[in-house]
Formats: sequence, C-alpha cells, structure tokens
Amino acid sequence: MIWLDTLVQGVLLGGLYALFAAGLSLVFGIMRLVNLAHGDLIVFAAYLILVGVTMLGLSPLVALIVAAPVMFGVGWLLQSLVLNRVLGKDILPPLLVTFGLSVTLQNGLLETFSADSRRIPAGTLEGASIDLGLVTVGVMPLLTFLSAVAVIVGLNALFYRTALGRAFRATSDDAVVAGLMGIEPKRVFAVATGLAMAVVTVAALYLGMRANFDPSIGPARLIYAFEAVIIGGLGSLWGTLAGGVIIGVAQTVGAAINPEWQILAGHIAFLVVLLVKPRGLFPRAVD
Amino acid sequence: MLLETRGLTASYGQFRALFGVDVTIAAGECVAIIGANGAGKSTLMRAITGILRNEPGMVLHKGEPIGALSPAAIMQRGIAMVPEGRRLFPSLSVEENLLIGGQMRKVAGPWSLEAVYDLFPILKERRRSPGTALSGGQQQMVAIGRALMSNPELLLCDEISLGLAPVVIRDIYAALPKIRAGGAAMVVVEQDIGKALSVADRVYCMMEGRVTLAAPAAAVTRAAIHAAYFGEAA
Repeated sequence: MIWLDTLVQGVLLGGLYALFAAGLSLVFGIMRLVNLAHGDLIVFAAYLILVGVTMLGLSPLVALIVAAPVMFGVGWLLQSLVLNRVLGKDILPPLLVTFGLSVTLQNGLLETFSADSRRIPAGTLEGASIDLGLVTVGVMPLLTFLSAVAVIVGLNALFYRTALGRAFRATSDDAVVAGLMGIEPKRVFAVATGLAMAVVTVAALYLGMRANFDPSIGPARLIYAFEAVIIGGLGSLWGTLAGGVIIGVAQTVGAAINPEWQILAGHIAFLVVLLVKPRGLFPRAVD
Repeated sequence: MLLETRGLTASYGQFRALFGVDVTIAAGECVAIIGANGAGKSTLMRAITGILRNEPGMVLHKGEPIGALSPAAIMQRGIAMVPEGRRLFPSLSVEENLLIGGQMRKVAGPWSLEAVYDLFPILKERRRSPGTALSGGQQQMVAIGRALMSNPELLLCDEISLGLAPVVIRDIYAALPKIRAGGAAMVVVEQDIGKALSVADRVYCMMEGRVTLAAPAAAVTRAAIHAAYFGEAA
C-alpha cells in the first residue's frame, strides 16, 4: 500500500511539473523558441501573487485572477518588444536573450524581495487532505493536478477548436504561408507568449503555496519543465502532462527508496526516456 | 488599375532576380505570366504578395503604394496567392486549411466553404483528412480553395500545374473559368504556354528578370513567344 501511496503522490506532483512545462511547451510548439527565463518568470509570477496576498490582502485565488492578465501583458510585451526581434533561422540569439533575461529577473527579484524564502499563505488548504479509501491525498496536490489537467484540456481546446488555435498551428507549420493567409506571425507569437505567461501564473500559485520559494529557484524549475516537455515529445500538450507525471513518479519513487535520490531519480528517468525514445513519447508527426 | 508594378526590382542577397518589371492587371481580367525556369515569375509573385519587401511605390494596388507592406496586410487588401508547391499546412485538416484562408478577411463574395466544395467535390469527402495526406492534384485544389476563401479581388496562381499529371492539370484548368465567373482577376504563372494561353486575356513573357513580351493572348504568335521565351529570333 505504501507503493500505491508513493505512486499517487508522484502522479499528483507531476501535475505541478506539467504546469511548469505547459507554457514552455506552448511557446516551443508554436515558434521553436526555448525560453531560458521560463523558470524565473514562474518565480516572478509567484512574487506577484505574493504581493497581492500579503500587501493587498487578496485571497490566493483572487490574486491569481488579477495576476494572470498582468502576466499575459508581460508575455505579450516581452515577445513584441524583445523576442520577435531575435527570432530567426539562428537559434542562438533567442537563447542568449532569454538567458540574459533570466539573470536580470533573478537579480531584480533579489534586490526587491531579498534572498529570504517566502511562501504564499493558503490558509486551511495547506494541511487539508481527503481520504480516497486506499490512499489519502492532500487537497493541495490534488488541486494542483486537477489544475494541470484543466490547463492542458483548455489549451488543447484552444488549439484544435478555435480560429486562434488554427492560426497558432498554421504559423507553427509555415510562417510565410500563414502571412499569405492574412496572419501576422509576430502578433500570433505575442499572443502565444502572453498565453504561456498566464499559464505560468497558475503554476506560480501552486509553486508558492506548496513550498517555500526564493529568487534563485527559477532555473531548477526550468529544468523540470524542460524535461517534462522533452519526455512528452516537443509540441504535444498531453505529452507534456505525461512527461510531468513521469518525472513526478520517478522523484517520489526515488525518494521512497532513499530521500537523497529524489531529484536524481527524476533526471535519470528523463535520460532513460531520451535514450529509448529520443523524440519523446508523443512526438508530433511533422517537424 | 487593380494592380500595377513600376520598375519593380528584387534581389536575393547579391543575386538580382528582377530588373525593372512593369506589369498591370485590370479588375476581372486574367493575365498569364510565362517564362522558363528562373525567369523571375515566382519572384514577381513573391514581390507582389510582400514576401519580398520593396520600395513602397514599386507595387501599386488601386493606385496606392503597397510595396513595403507585410504579406498579411497585402492579403487583407484582397490579393490572395496559391503558392508554388501548394504548401498546405500539415497540422491542419483539409477543412481547416480552407477555413484559415478566410478567417482574417471576412468580406461578402461568391466564395464560402460550400462554394469551394461545389467547385471541388472531392474535397468535401476528404475534409477531415490532413491536408498533406491528399494527392498532389487534390492538394492543389485545397490550395486554390484556401486562397478563394478570402473572396479576393486578385488571385495569384504560382505554377499551378507544376508536378501534376496531365489528367489532373485538365481538371484544375477546367475549374479556372468557374473561378473567373466569381469576378476575381487572375494571374496564372505557368511554364506550360499552351495551358496559360487557353485561359488568359493577356500574356506577359519573362526572361532573366525582365518582361520580354506583353500582348493580348489572342493576338500573340508562336514566333513572338519563341523569341521572348528563349531570347532569340525565331
């Protein structure tokens, strides 16, 4: 029974990693851009929510609803003013720019909020749990996982059922011909990054309520997110959820064997998947 | 004049592909642009649609300079293109490929999903298939339909018969008069001179980035075309 419990906890933890990764997957899927500041943007959004909760007295949910449009705007501006200028055939300039952004964000947050670790207070949610018969799960991890599923379902619906999603996919396929269809690829990219940042805000809420955070933890979140995206297969949103779950389960199983193995086990699972299926579990047919 | 180029030049890096091209297209007419491989026909299409940017005044739409506009802005003025090689979106189904052609320019006109399916009934049967799962000829039908969905005033068809079987080319050309009946002006870029002349009102022949012949299709002689096409006396 202890193993079932470990497995369930791992799956739920995977929800958090999938939330980290969904925005990265979205942006990579549409414009082949790897945003090295993704983890720091999650932390930035967590501080934004923290300010809403502690200084403005909002509940975490209301703070999320306020912060998400702000982050959409941040993403839209970031893409329009910065990243659109460096996107091109060469993948190096966007990598360098987002790396620089990562360093800037970390130091800006350090300057503003100090290196003290903080946490978004979640009230009674923090210790609440539900007895599901065979296992008992925390309400917070369960909410995290359900949010991840909701985000993936929502993004999929947007991608495959709306005109905007059609424009996303068409631009991803062939930006030149998308232009001939009256679509401005750079505007599509700006909306996509805005959307990714709104998803990042959801990830930030759970990151900040679940455990302590400080300005330095962004890059590690980026690694988990990146691994989840690669395991799932580039550009596949359901694959990203699966990738998150695989890392989550590997980490909890590793931790159950020896607590020191938690992080290592996740990375090893990533390497094993990469060895067996270099294109990930659910690669897109066209690339 | 619906569309006009004035002294249009274009380059790919150091390589100059167009040298002062003057072309006019009136509303509702069908213009054929013929020429050998590398004559600059496709480059001309890329310059008109904004894929290659130019000086603003080199391309005029209804007298307004559009040479420096983006492809999206030019498309929204009613200039649609069937690109060389068809270039359907692989991630989109046949129906989605058609829908995306019209989603950024919604104007009243003869063309809709139903009208395109009436023109090419096979596409209705295949509408849920990925666009790239179709045969070359069917893909060309999708590419034409996709361009029509925006109800353009000018339809540019770049090499619509290239790489297709003769029987398929016949089907595609059979559809062109129906498209013209919708009122759009057309430019047909072709290497197949006979096919081009069969549908066109006027013909331009290009060679090495220049227009070497401009004439009404009915009046043009084989000798004139031969001279313009190959740059030698017939």
